Amino acid sequence: MKRFTQLFFEIDQTNRTSEKTEALVRYFREAPDADAAWALYFLSGRRINRSVGTNLLRTVLSEESELAPWLIDECFDTVGDLAETLALLYPDRARGDTGPLHQLVEERMLPLPALADPEKRTLLIGAWDSMDAQERLVWNKLITGSFRVGVARTLLERGIAQAFGLPSTLIAHRLMGSWEPSIEGFRAVTAPEDHGVVGVSQPYPFLLAHPLENPLEMLGAVEDWQIEWKWDGIRAQLIRRQGETQIWSRGEELVTDRFQEIAAVGGHLPDGTVIDGEALAWDFAHDCPLPFAQMQRRIGRKTLGPKLLAEVPVVLVAFDLMERLGTDIRLDPLSKRRNYLEELTARVNLPQLRTSTLLAGTDWGDFATQRASSREMQSEGLMLKARNSIYATGRPRGIWWKWKIDPHTIDAVLIYAQQGSGKRASLFTDYTFGVWNEGALVPVAKAYSGLTDAEIREVDSFIRQNTIERFGPVRSVTPLLVFELAFEGVQKSTRHKSGVAVRFPRMVRWRQDKRPTDADSLETLRRLAAG
Amino acid sequence: MTARLLETNENGLYCAAGGFYIDPWLPVERAVITHAHADHARPGSSEYLCSSRGAPVLRERLGPDSSITGLAWSEELDLQGVRISFHPAGHILGSSQIRVEHKGEVWVVSGDYKTEPDRTCDSFELVRCNTFVTESTFGLPIYKWLPERDVFAEINAWWASNLAKGRTSVLFAYALGKAQRLLAGVESSLGPIAVHGAVQRFVDVYRAAGVLLPDVMRGDDAGAAKVKGCGLVIAPPSAANSPWLRKFGESSSAFASGWMRVRGIRRRRAADRGFVLSDHADWPSLLHTIEATGAERIEVTHGYVTQLARYLNEHGKSAGALATQYTGDEEMGE
Repeated sequence: MKRFTQLFFEIDQTNRTSEKTEALVRYFREAPDADAAWALYFLSGRRINRSVGTNLLRTVLSEESELAPWLIDECFDTVGDLAETLALLYPDRARGDTGPLHQLVEERMLPLPALADPEKRTLLIGAWDSMDAQERLVWNKLITGSFRVGVARTLLERGIAQAFGLPSTLIAHRLMGSWEPSIEGFRAVTAPEDHGVVGVSQPYPFLLAHPLENPLEMLGAVEDWQIEWKWDGIRAQLIRRQGETQIWSRGEELVTDRFQEIAAVGGHLPDGTVIDGEALAWDFAHDCPLPFAQMQRRIGRKTLGPKLLAEVPVVLVAFDLMERLGTDIRLDPLSKRRNYLEELTARVNLPQLRTSTLLAGTDWGDFATQRASSREMQSEGLMLKARNSIYATGRPRGIWWKWKIDPHTIDAVLIYAQQGSGKRASLFTDYTFGVWNEGALVPVAKAYSGLTDAEIREVDSFIRQNTIERFGPVRSVTPLLVFELAFEGVQKSTRHKSGVAVRFPRMVRWRQDKRPTDADSLETLRRLAAG
Repeated sequence: MTARLLETNENGLYCAAGGFYIDPWLPVERAVITHAHADHARPGSSEYLCSSRGAPVLRERLGPDSSITGLAWSEELDLQGVRISFHPAGHILGSSQIRVEHKGEVWVVSGDYKTEPDRTCDSFELVRCNTFVTESTFGLPIYKWLPERDVFAEINAWWASNLAKGRTSVLFAYALGKAQRLLAGVESSLGPIAVHGAVQRFVDVYRAAGVLLPDVMRGDDAGAAKVKGCGLVIAPPSAANSPWLRKFGESSSAFASGWMRVRGIRRRRAADRGFVLSDHADWPSLLHTIEATGAERIEVTHGYVTQLARYLNEHGKSAGALATQYTGDEEMGE
C-alpha cells in the first residue's frame, strides 16, 4: 500500500505528463504482479462499488476523533471530499504496517460489504490505525468508490507500454472491456506481442471525434466525406463472437442486459462481428429518435418492466464495422467498412438494427442547411468522417469531426450557491440560476462550469458577502449577478418546479453589463420547450 | 449593562473609553496596529501606534510620511485612563497582540498569531486576560501543522531534486512574513536564491531589524541568469503565470501556505507542489492558546468564526462572533 500511495502522490504532485509517465513506468516495473494488477484496475477508472456507507464512516470517525458530527460536516464542506476529510481528521496512530495493496484489497476491502456494522467498524479502525494520512486518503478513496487520479487513459497505456516494451495501441486494446485484476489478468495485459489480443468479450477502443474548428472549405471536397447525423444517445459496441453477444458502452460498461432489443440482434449476426453505433430510444411512428429524457428512464434501471420496454424501445443505429467474419478490419478504409456494414444490416434486416443515414449534398452549403434542422431531428448536429480513413485508436485529429449545432442561450440570475468539491473545494462554484416568472425568480438550472478561475474567485467573494440565508451547505444569495447560460435542449418536466428541464446547462459568460431585471423569463424557456 | 471595552463600528474595532481603534479599516484619528499586513494596517489614519519591532515594517507598508510611534514589548501607555501594551504574536516581524486594560478589565486582541517559534520574529507570548479576541483563519480541526523543520526538509528535498534535473525552483509565498521565514529556513547552501521585488523590500526591512537572512539576488536579468536551472526563486502568488517568471526557464512551482493542507486547493493552484507552512495558529494551538489565556469570554474574528465559536460554546466556554473586515492574509496572499 505504501508503494501505491507513493505512486498516487507522485502523479498528484506534478502537472508534467513526462513525470507522470516516468512514475507509472517505475511503479509497473517494481510492483509485484499481484499489486500491479489492482493498481492498473483502479488507475484505469474501474471501481469497486462503495463498500461502506457514509453514515458509518462518519460515525466511526466521530467516535475515534472525538469530534461532533456537525464539525465533521463543516470540515467536509471546506475540503469538498469525504475521503480526504476522513483522512485529515482521523488521529495519527500508525500502528503496524498496511501490507501490500493486493492483500489490503482482497482481504479487507472486498469482504467489507458483507460484514455487519460492528465488524465493519473493527475492520475500518484496524485499517486506519495502521496507516499514515496519505495512505488513509488513498484507502478511503478506494472504499468509497471515489478513487480518481490525474492520469488519462492514454497516459496509463503509455506507462505500461514503456514498462514492458510493448506498443501502446496493443495495451489500449487489451485493457478494453473486462479483465480480472489478478496475476494472470495482469500477465495477459503485459504478455509479449505475439500472444495477440482478443478475448471473447474484448471490445475495441472507440474512435472518438474532435469538434470541428476550421472552416469547412479546409476539409476539401464533400465527396471525400461521409456525413451523418450526430445522435444524442449511448455510444455502444455490439459484439458477436463464439455464439455469445455483448454490448459495451463507451464508458466500458457491459450494458447487454439494459438493451435487450439490441442484444437480440446478436443471434442473427455471424460469429466474429463487431459493430459500432449509437443506442437510441426510437419513435417508430415518426421514424426518429425519442428525446434523450426518454432514454434516461431506461438508463440506470436494473430491471426493465414491459411498460417501459413498450414505451421506450431502443435500437442500434450502426455506423461502423470493426470486425467482420472474425477479422479485424479497422485498417480498411471507411468506405469499404461501410459497404460491409450495409451488406450485413441488409441481410439481418431487423428494425432494431438500423444503419445510420448518409446525408446527401453537393456542396458544404447543403450540409450547413441540413445541420440547421438538427433539432427537429432530435440530433445534436453532424458527424463528418473521412471516407478513406482507418478506424484509429483513441482521438486522432482530422478523420472524424463533430459539427454540433449552437446551443440555446438565456440570461439568468444567480440565486443559490454551494461549495464545490475536488479542485474547487472551499469555493462557491456550484450555482443555481433563476429566471423571471410573475415577478419572482424561479430556479431553472444548475451550472458548475464555464467561468475562469479569476471569475470564480470574484463570484465566490460576492457570495460570501451577499448571503441571505443558509440551508445546510446551500446559501441563498442576493439576486444581483446575471450570467448567460447555454444548454442543449429544453423539455417540459413535471419533476421540476419551473415545469421545464434544461439539458447540459453551463455558463457562457458573466454578463456584468446586465442587471437582474434584464434576465430572461420562464416564458422564453417554455416557448423553446414547446418548439 | 455596562458598555463593552471594545466594540466594532463602521470604522473598525473601537475603544470608546480610550479613544482609539485597533486595526481600523477606515482612516481614523488614532490607530493601534497589530501588524503590517494590508488588511490590518490600512493607510490614511492620522496617528499610528504599534510595537517598536513592527514600526519599520509598518513604515515600509504605509510610507515615510505616516506618523508612527513604536512601543517596546510590554511597555504600557495610558490613553484616557485605558492602559495599552504590545506583546509578541509570533505571526511576522513585529506582529503584536494588544492588551487593553480599563478599570481592572483586560482584553487581548490577538491580531494574527502563531505559537510555533519562528526565527524571523519574536515568539508568541501568552497574556492572561478576561476577554480574548482570537483570529480563526485555520479554525477547523483539519488544519494541523507539522513541525517547521519537517516542512523545510520537504522544501529542501524538492529544491535538490529540481536542481538535479536542471530546473529552477519557484516558490510562491506571501511577500511579507512567509517569504522571509522561508529564506531563513531553507538550506541556502543548495544554490543561489532570487526574490521578487515585492519580497525584496521586506527582506531589506527584516535585515535592518537584525534578522539573519541568506544573500539573495534581485529577480532582474542578471539575477535570473544565475538562478536559472539551479536556484530558488521566491515570489508572491500574484506573480504566478506572469511574464516575469519566464526568464527563469524551465521550473517546478510550489506554494507554501496553510491552505495547502487541502488537496483540492493545492490542485486548484495548478502548482507542482504545495507545502503546508503557515504563519497562523492551527486548530490544536488555537484551542490550547484560548484555554491558556484563562479568558472568560472569547470573541472570534476572521476565519471559521461560527465554527470555532460553536465548538468553544459546546466545550464550556463563552464565545461569540466579532464581525471584522480582516480577510486573513493567507486567504488572499497564499
